Parts: sequence; C-alpha cells; structure tokens
Amino acid sequence: MESVLQSVQGFMYPNEVELQWGILIVLYPFTTGLVAGAFILASLERVFNVEAVKPTYRLALLTALAFLLVAPLPLQLHLGHPERSLEMYLTPHTESAMAMFGFVYLWYLMVVLVLEIWLDYRKDIVLMWRESSGPTRWLYGAMALWSDNISPASLALDDRIGRALTVVGIPSAFLLHGYVGFIFGSVKANPWWSTPLMPIVFLFSAIVSGIAAVMLVYMVTAWWRERAFDMGCLDTVARYLFYAFMIDFSLEMLDLIHRIYEADESFRALDFMVHTRLYTSQVLVQILAGTIVPLGMLGLVQLVQLSEKARRRIYAMAGVLTLIGVFAMRWNVVIGGQLFSKSFLGYTSYKMNFATREGLLPAILLLILPFVILAVLIRLLPPWKVQRHGAGVSG
Amino acid sequence: MSGWLKDKGHLARMAGLFAFGITAFLVFRWLMVPAGFGLYGHYRAGALDDAGARPLHYAGRAACEGCHTDIVEARQGSRHARIGCEACHGPLIKHAQAPTEVKPTRPDGRVLCVRCHETNPWKPKGFPQVKVADHSDSGPCTACHKPHAPKIS
Ligand code: HEC
Ligand code: HEC
Ligand code: HEC
Ligand code: HEC
Repeated sequence: MESVLQSVQGFMYPNEVELQWGILIVLYPFTTGLVAGAFILASLERVFNVEAVKPTYRLALLTALAFLLVAPLPLQLHLGHPERSLEMYLTPHTESAMAMFGFVYLWYLMVVLVLEIWLDYRKDIVLMWRESSGPTRWLYGAMALWSDNISPASLALDDRIGRALTVVGIPSAFLLHGYVGFIFGSVKANPWWSTPLMPIVFLFSAIVSGIAAVMLVYMVTAWWRERAFDMGCLDTVARYLFYAFMIDFSLEMLDLIHRIYEADESFRALDFMVHTRLYTSQVLVQILAGTIVPLGMLGLVQLVQLSEKARRRIYAMAGVLTLIGVFAMRWNVVIGGQLFSKSFLGYTSYKMNFATREGLLPAILLLILPFVILAVLIRLLPPWKVQRHGAGVSG
Repeated sequence: MSGWLKDKGHLARMAGLFAFGITAFLVFRWLMVPAGFGLYGHYRAGALDDAGARPLHYAGRAACEGCHTDIVEARQGSRHARIGCEACHGPLIKHAQAPTEVKPTRPDGRVLCVRCHETNPWKPKGFPQVKVADHSDSGPCTACHKPHAPKIS
C-alpha cells in the first residue's frame, strides 16, 4: 500500500490509485486504427479509380488483414482467460457495445477483408496453383477452393462483387474504428473521454495512421526488393496523408478549443494534468513532434518543388513521426484518462512493467507480430506481379 | 459446369464455405450454451438454484428479533437500532436454528466498536467518530456505553 501510494499526488479515491488499463489497451486502438486506415486507403483506389495509388492497393489490404488478426490479442492478454472470450459470441448481450462489436469484427474480417482479398487475388492464386507443385500446390488449390475458372467473364464478375464489397467495406471500416472511439467517448463519468467527438477524432487519426503505415510499408518493400519507388504513387499517397492529417488536426484542435472555451468543472484538473504528467507525451510528442512537424513537412512538399530524393526522405520521416504521434494520441487518451481523480483533487501515475502479462515486452511483441504476418502474407500472395514464364516484371 | 453457374462456380463454393461456417457456429452455439439460458434474463436459469443451494450463514434481523424482544426494546430510539444484529454479532444462522445448542460468543466490547468508530477523514461528517486513543483508556468501550443503546445520559 505504501509503495502504491507513492505514485499519488493529492487526493485519489482508493479505486483510482492503480491504473486498470495499461499499454495493451493503448495498443488496441492503435492497431485497429491501422486496419481501418489501411483499408480506407485501399478503398479510395478501388471506388474512385485512383490509378496513381494502385501499387499500394494490395499492400494496403494485406496490411489491414495482418493488423486485424493481431488486434484482439492485446485485449485477450489484458483480460486473461482467452477461452472465455468465446462466450461473447455464444451469448452476446445486445445492450453491450463491446459484445455487439465482436460481430462487427467477424464481419469485417471474413466478409470484407478476406473475401475482398480473395476476389482480388483469385487469378493469381489459380495461376500459382497451376505452376506450383507439392504442398504449395495443395495450399494454393485450397485457397482457390479447387476451382480454376479464370475466364474473363468470371474475373469480371469477381471485380463487380469486389467493388460492391468495397462499398460496404468503407462504412464497416468507419464502424470498426468509430466504435473504438465510442467506447471511450461514451464513458460519461470520465470528462477526459466523454465527448461525442471522440469516435470522429479516433476515425480520422486512424485514417492518418493507416495511410502513413501503408506508405512506409510500400517504401520498405520497394527498397527491400531493390525497385525504384513509384514517385507518382508516393506523392499521391503523401497528399492523401496531408489532407487526412489536416482534417484530423482540425478536429483535435476543435475538441481542445471546445474544452478550453467551455471550461467546465473538470477543466482546471485536466489542464493541470496536461501541463504536468502528460506534458511530454501530449504536448511534445503528440502535438509537436507527431502532428505539427509532419504536417509542416508534408505541407512543404505541396508548396515547394523538391527533388525526388528530398521528397523520399521527407515522406519517410513524416510517416514515422505520424505513427509515433498517433500512438502518443492513443496513449494520452487511454492513460491520461486514468491519471486524475474523479474528485479533481489528485493525480496518480502509470508504472509500466516490463516482462509481465500486461507489460512493455508483450506490447512490443504484439507490434512486431503483424509485420511477421504481413511478411508471410506477402510471400504467399505477392502484391506485385511476380516473374512468371519469363514474362516482364513490374510493380 | 454448365448453365448459369458456368462462371460462378468458385463463388458458389465460397458461399458454401460461408454457409458451412455459419452452420458450424450455430451447431457449436447450440451445444455450448447451457440449458435454460435467457429464461429469466441474460443468465443461466439454473444458476439461481445453484446459488440457492449454497449454505446460508446469516439469519437476518427479523429472525433474531422474534426471540430477543428484550434487545429490541433496549435498542428502541437508539441510533444503533438501525444496525443489523449480525453486523456486530456475526453470522448466526446456526444459533437461530438451534438456540440452546449453539451459543454465540459475545463480541469484544472494544475491538468491535473501534472497527466502526475510529476517526477517519473519508467517513461522512455526521458519522459519530472518536480518536480512540484520546477518547478512552484501554478498557472496553462497553464500560461506559451500552452496545444496544450507546448514548450516555
Ligand atoms: C429461536 C429463538 C432465537 C433466535 C431466532 C435467536 N436467538 Fe439468540 N438466543 C436464544 C436463546 C434461547 C438464548 C439463550 C441460550 C443460552 O443461554 O443457552 C440466546 C442467546 C443469544 C446470545 C448469547 C447471550 C449471552 O448471554 O451470551 C446472543 C449474543 C444471541 N442469542 C444473539 C442472537 C442473534 C444475533 C440472533 C439472530 C441471528 C439470535 N440470537 C437469534 C434464542 C434465539
Ligand atoms: C453495535 C453492535 C451490536 C448490535 C447492532 C447488536 N448487538 Fe447485541 N451485543 C453487542 C455487544 C458488544 C454485546 C456484548 C455486551 C457485553 O459483553 O456486555 C451484545 C450482547 C448481546 C446479547 C447478550 C447480552 C445482552 O445484553 O442481553 C444478546 C442476546 C444480543 N446482544 C442480541 C442482539 C440482537 C438480537 C440484536 C439485534 C436486534 C443485537 N444484539 C444487535 C453488540 C451489538
Ligand atoms: C457496524 C458498525 C458499528 C459498530 C460495530 C458500532 N457502531 Fe456505534 N454507531 C454506528 C452507527 C451507524 C451509528 C449511528 C449513525 C447515525 O445514526 O447516523 C452509531 C452511533 C454510535 C454512537 C452515538 C450515539 C448517539 O445517540 O449519539 C455511539 C456513542 C456509538 N455508536 C458507540 C458505539 C460503541 C460503544 C460500540 C461498540 C459496542 C459501537 N458503537 C459499535 C455503527 C457502529
Ligand atoms: C469512560 C467512559 C467512556 C469510555 C470507556 C468510552 N466512551 Fe465514548 N463517550 C463517552 C462519553 C461521556 C461520551 C459523550 C456522551 C454521548 O454522546 O453519549 C462519549 C461519546 C462517544 C461517541 C459519540 C461521539 C459523537 O461525536 O457523537 C462515540 C462514537 C464513542 N463515544 C465511542 C467510543 C468508543 C469506540 C469507545 C471504546 C474505544 C468509547 N467510546 C469508550 C464516554 C466513554
């Protein structure tokens, strides 16, 4: 008790002293945000036929899938008893947003992502099936559902269905991440969270992080394969990132200004928190390094004619800073919301462990895991055209 | 394949896979959800019987007051009258069922009182509190206060 109380300053209710939600719960909205953002980027290409960002289309879908598969794991680790999580599907309570969300997750995973990827890749899968042998042959056969019809008519049909899926996929992606914001925004007892803007702010920061992640993944994979970057594509993606970031930044500032102007009974306590315990993660990392700097860099590219090399560097740096900034935003929401007392008279602090079930180590592993999955997915389903029967290589 | 399914064979297979998945889920659900779930509310109806089958520990104030009418009288008008008997005496259903065989021990007239009355800033203002060390010597509180009607004078 003594040691726990050392992290407290002022007056805390007993149940507020220790934080219940740690770094894993920070990770959860971060990963789902990447999923939603990557998917929305892919959908833009598909629905609006943006030719320029085509090289990132499949990459974005695979990135979304890799992160979606990992998204529930932080929650499982946080709650313990993964075997019980199944009960949410067996006997869901219709009044629980979290229970209902389980089905949104399944819908999004199976119907939107897996189906869309399958339809888009079907031709490649069938071709790889025909060309491979041994267990790989069996694997691709299974993925093709042992149907090797790739007649133009069937592919045209796939394309039509895929487009329809994308159209329902966009609201699904909005729902997926809007929900995560809703979970926080609807906690009426917590003034740091409780605002109807929360789902929208979460959504736009999700789009921002997803676009930045796909941009970086594209750059890394192109560099890895020793291919020239498609600068037209990169410029377009970076422009989208800039626009999405502008909207996101405006929304966050709107929220901030609204809070400052409204200055309700929680304001002084929260203001104090932002100037003390959250100063580094909120003001320095999230707003300054994670938002204003990358926004300025991306804006510079829009205004000034820069060399290709300079643009590449700027995109890489802005992308990394953006991801750090969005992660910091999740951190400040989740952790910040638990640092102050509901009495507004005291503050506690978050002590992160390292190698425990909810510590830093599992969080790092859970951040690496999606990239491992992505690497496997890319091996299995190359997003670019693979050299086949001496055909030309591109992509 | 022929007819209108010609170029839709793969989609039919995928649809079949989904149909299989959904059916498997429904079967699994049917197997796993315990009988009686949702009968009275969002829980397993049998849980009520399970809870009811657990041994009782408390008899409840009404039971005590049926026999100990003298105590009821003693408590009348006192601010302790609202406190359940077993809050001080502990769970006594065994005694209530067989009063002569199970004889309760009397609560400690100091430890008990201190548990509720030691000064603590988290308690509401109107709650009677004393700094025990200043208020009395080390003897039992019951030397001055009657437990069932603690007001002196
Ligand atoms: C069926 C009637 C009955 C009920 C119900 C009953 N008691 Fe008693 N209780 C008695 C009798 C009779 C005695 C005296 C037993 C003896 O002296 O052998 C007694 C003795 C006691 C004593 C010990 C008195 C002493 O002199 O040490 C306490 C304390 C007590 N009861 C408390 C309670 C409480 C609290 C309840 C409610 C949970 C309760 N009783 C319910 C009949 C009852
Ligand atoms: C605030 C705590 C408290 C509550 C509430 C309380 N008691 Fe007591 N009771 C005591 C204490 C302390 C003693 C022991 C007194 C002693 O040692 O002289 C006692 C003694 C008794 C005795 C035996 C001695 C006597 O005074 O007759 C009986 C019987 C008894 N209580 C029954 C009851 C019943 C029945 C109730 C509920 C209607 C009740 N008590 C509620 C604290 C309490
Ligand atoms: C279960 C908790 C509890 C225990 C144990 C308890 N009390 Fe109380 N006491 C109360 C409550 C509750 C009140 C009345 C508060 C009210 O009316 O708002 C009270 C009131 C009092 C008062 C003020 C009475 C008045 O009329 O102003 C005194 C004195 C007192 N208790 C003494 C004692 C003594 C002595 C003991 C030990 C025999 C004791 N209490 C044990 C809860 C307890
Ligand atoms: C030497 C006699 C004596 C002893 C022993 C004693 N008290 Fe008191 N207590 C009093 C007197 C006198 C009062 C004031 C009159 C009243 O309110 O009944 C009082 C008042 C109280 C009050 C009421 C305070 C208020 O603000 O209303 C509480 C509570 C109390 N005593 C608890 C205890 C507790 C607990 C013990 C045992 C640790 C204890 N007393 C021991 C004499 C005593």
